[in-house]
Amino acid sequence: MSAKSEKPSYVVQESEKISADIVGYLKEQEHKSFLRFITCGSVDDGKSTLIGRLLYDSKLIFEDQLAVLENDSKKDGTQGDDLDFALLVDGLAAEREQGITIDVAYRFFATDKRKFIVADTPGHEQYTRNMATGASSADVAVILIDARRGMLTQTRRHSYIVNLLGIRHVIVAINKMDLVHYSEKTCRAIEAEYRSFAANLNFSSITFIPMSALKGDNIMDASEQMDWYKGPSLMTELETIDASKNSSSSPFRLPVQWVNRPNLDFRGFSGTIASGTVKKGDTVIALPSAKTSKVKSIVTYSGELDSASADQAITLTLEDEIDISRGDVITELDHRPESTDQFQAHIIWMHDKPLMPGRPYLIKTTNKTTTGEVTELKHKINVNSLEHEAGKVLELNEVGVCNVGLEEAIVFDAYQDNAAMGSFIMIDKIDNTTVAAGMIDFGLRRATNVHWQAVDVHQNARAEQKRQKPVVLWFTGLSASGKSTIANLVEKKLHILGKHTYLLDGDNVRHGLNKDLGFVEADRVENIRRVGEVAKLMVDAGLIVLTAFISPFRAERRMVRDMMDEHEFIEVFVDTPIEICEQRDPKGLYKKARKGEIKNFTGFDSPYESPEGAEIHLHMADLAAEDAADQIIAKIQEQYLS
Amino acid sequence: MTILTHLQRLEAESIHIMREVAATCSNPVMLYSIGKDSSVMLHLALKAFYPSKLPFPVMHVDTTWKFREMIEFREKFVKDNGLDLKVHINQDGVDMNMSPFTHGSAVHTDVMKTQGLKQALDKYKFDAAFGGARRDEEKSRAKERIFSFRSAQHRWDPKNQRPELWNIYNNRIKKGESMRVFPLSNWTELDIWQYIHQENIPIVPLYLAKKRPVVKRDGMLVMVDDDRMPLEPGEVPEMKMVRFRTLGCYPLTGAIESTATTLTDIIQEMLLTKTSEREGRAIDKDSNASMEQKKQEGYF
Repeated sequence: MSAKSEKPSYVVQESEKISADIVGYLKEQEHKSFLRFITCGSVDDGKSTLIGRLLYDSKLIFEDQLAVLENDSKKDGTQGDDLDFALLVDGLAAEREQGITIDVAYRFFATDKRKFIVADTPGHEQYTRNMATGASSADVAVILIDARRGMLTQTRRHSYIVNLLGIRHVIVAINKMDLVHYSEKTCRAIEAEYRSFAANLNFSSITFIPMSALKGDNIMDASEQMDWYKGPSLMTELETIDASKNSSSSPFRLPVQWVNRPNLDFRGFSGTIASGTVKKGDTVIALPSAKTSKVKSIVTYSGELDSASADQAITLTLEDEIDISRGDVITELDHRPESTDQFQAHIIWMHDKPLMPGRPYLIKTTNKTTTGEVTELKHKINVNSLEHEAGKVLELNEVGVCNVGLEEAIVFDAYQDNAAMGSFIMIDKIDNTTVAAGMIDFGLRRATNVHWQAVDVHQNARAEQKRQKPVVLWFTGLSASGKSTIANLVEKKLHILGKHTYLLDGDNVRHGLNKDLGFVEADRVENIRRVGEVAKLMVDAGLIVLTAFISPFRAERRMVRDMMDEHEFIEVFVDTPIEICEQRDPKGLYKKARKGEIKNFTGFDSPYESPEGAEIHLHMADLAAEDAADQIIAKIQEQYLS
Repeated sequence: MTILTHLQRLEAESIHIMREVAATCSNPVMLYSIGKDSSVMLHLALKAFYPSKLPFPVMHVDTTWKFREMIEFREKFVKDNGLDLKVHINQDGVDMNMSPFTHGSAVHTDVMKTQGLKQALDKYKFDAAFGGARRDEEKSRAKERIFSFRSAQHRWDPKNQRPELWNIYNNRIKKGESMRVFPLSNWTELDIWQYIHQENIPIVPLYLAKKRPVVKRDGMLVMVDDDRMPLEPGEVPEMKMVRFRTLGCYPLTGAIESTATTLTDIIQEMLLTKTSEREGRAIDKDSNASMEQKKQEGYF
């Protein structure tokens, strides 16, 4: 075994302290600072190895574990005769077999300065959601880069997600320096490339550390191999970096999680303070009800407090009995959060089934669950170039900027100002899996008066806007009976009356929508079915639709009638004797039919089934077209359009 | 402005998790194993809901082979804190005269603990069960979510866990499915001891060293806790100064020789020791991924 086995000196000192004065040691422990960080980066950049190394060097690996590790390294290890530290962290059987990290693992270690929780996150793109899980609770990100390979797509993706989730402090660990002969040039080149990429992100500090997790260079102590590097070792940086978010000085927010009601005399509101500080006697307001009161007491099991601040789990009682329940937020009077049912958010999609705008999902914020949908996918973000791309759906691991509409309003702050108040998850309503993580950018106030759900704009709403009742006037009759002429006249008259209309006839349908259809019975049926469907959509759109088709079969006219609601379908029988039609013959069709040049001509070798019980029956033998049109207008105004 | 200590942060996180369950699950239960982690978990629950009582029952899945002192402690603790305790024993196992001595540790644990737990969860139709497991205990636990989904068959699917972001927990389940909830996920063994020390939380006296009758068997010091323990020819119980680092069924829980008779002694010993916590428990040694396997099958 060539791995370092002697303990770092401070571990020895620590043992002496524990032996000499355990009570004093415990007191010291209480006041150690605390840091949560993640390790991320591409596959094989050495994340698990790095954590194994940190655990090993800070005495977190016990002798029996070390024995197991030695054994496992021989069996499953990828480091020849050396210890394979990754095996300490990759805890799932599938991970050990495949030698990859699938899910985030949380590890704990401490030095004499700080306590750490580290989330080791997977590098494979398919497990990006697990990486985001780890990043959501971290203060600092250690992004590993294999010095031999430089920046990869995953380096960019992880940096982008880390940034999106609000981590402001990044340590770029340029790892495997031992494999590039500890070359300064290589290190500097990667640093320059990373800096130019990160210029578009919001990091407030980036520290570059060349290292070898495997060999221990620049992990605990300065490496002897890289005297050109003057910066801190990884551990020194982790022990000293200041990543505090200062959320105690932000405006006070208490998302009410649980109403504490042991008896009729006590009514408390329990929750974890998301930001800010609250004091006994403060005037507070409950949102969304906007009722105000004063803080009567801050109750905890260990006694009442005079004040409490961010991250404390407390119970508040108020001077006045106001109705507050889970999902509400108690906040200070100034700097109130917004309340909205529509907002823009960045969404990381985490499911194999893509995000469908318009599909309802459960939306869960810190203390409220409601139904909502993406009303618009504005654009996707290319993690490589950070450019905006158009898209109809969001696939697994893609990030999109979306407008979201909710059934119930939520109280929120922008994620970048207040992560606890601006984050949400999306849950599939059918299989209950978590499908997305969302970060609210801002509320969409302009739209507050418009109902959000597209399908809620119904036929009635559209028709009301047009101040009319949508109907279909279905003209039927023989060829040259005058259907189109009368329909045209009726449309003109309706138009003058300010109605919104549309005329469907052979000319504008047979040439486009139905140009694939002929005149055999099957085609005639299909012709009418399609016209019926189009008419139905137009009625749905709020229009008065006029159709002029021979439509010789009762069954098809019945079919169309059945598509519509009652009172929407008005059958107009243009009853012109066939002799008159043949006399008119404006297109010379009867002549051709007589000669046998046209097959399946209605009234000759194809039947016309006269309507029974048409709403309007025009006896055209002694009626002018103009008069017929007036009759129709009178009838529908009286019976249908009023 | 208050700067929270490490333990205050952990405490607040645990309380948040417990309140979330109380607010959103319809029939939760807190699993109580009588060990130190359970003691801390219950203490945190008292804090989370004060001045209300716990809004859910506490349940102990008894294997009938626990140390007698554990059961005595349980009864007193429950009485002192006015808890609603349910004790479940797998009657099928009792009828089979299940014993770790005759059936071996694996079968005994499966029947009395894993099957017993599943029976109890099915019987009461709990939709969420708190457990005191910590991520620092074992490699597969380090991978587990705080809200960990279980199928209707109580199985854990480690490769298909729900993403768990911020402190927003997805506890949606269908009928028959359930959640295991681990409010102590981010605590370490040292944190637990430090917290017990700071908050003066009562623990079972077995954690402290005392002269107890033990025999050495397969390299493990087994305490002769009652007369159900068959002694092999030549085996004579010896009185030794011993204590236990973890508590379970007495035939399966190895004692360590120790002179640590106070809480601070224990912590000191723990910090200086070079063996990890679960070494004293026979169950983990079977195979490398054994805990993952047991968890998949429904073990806590």
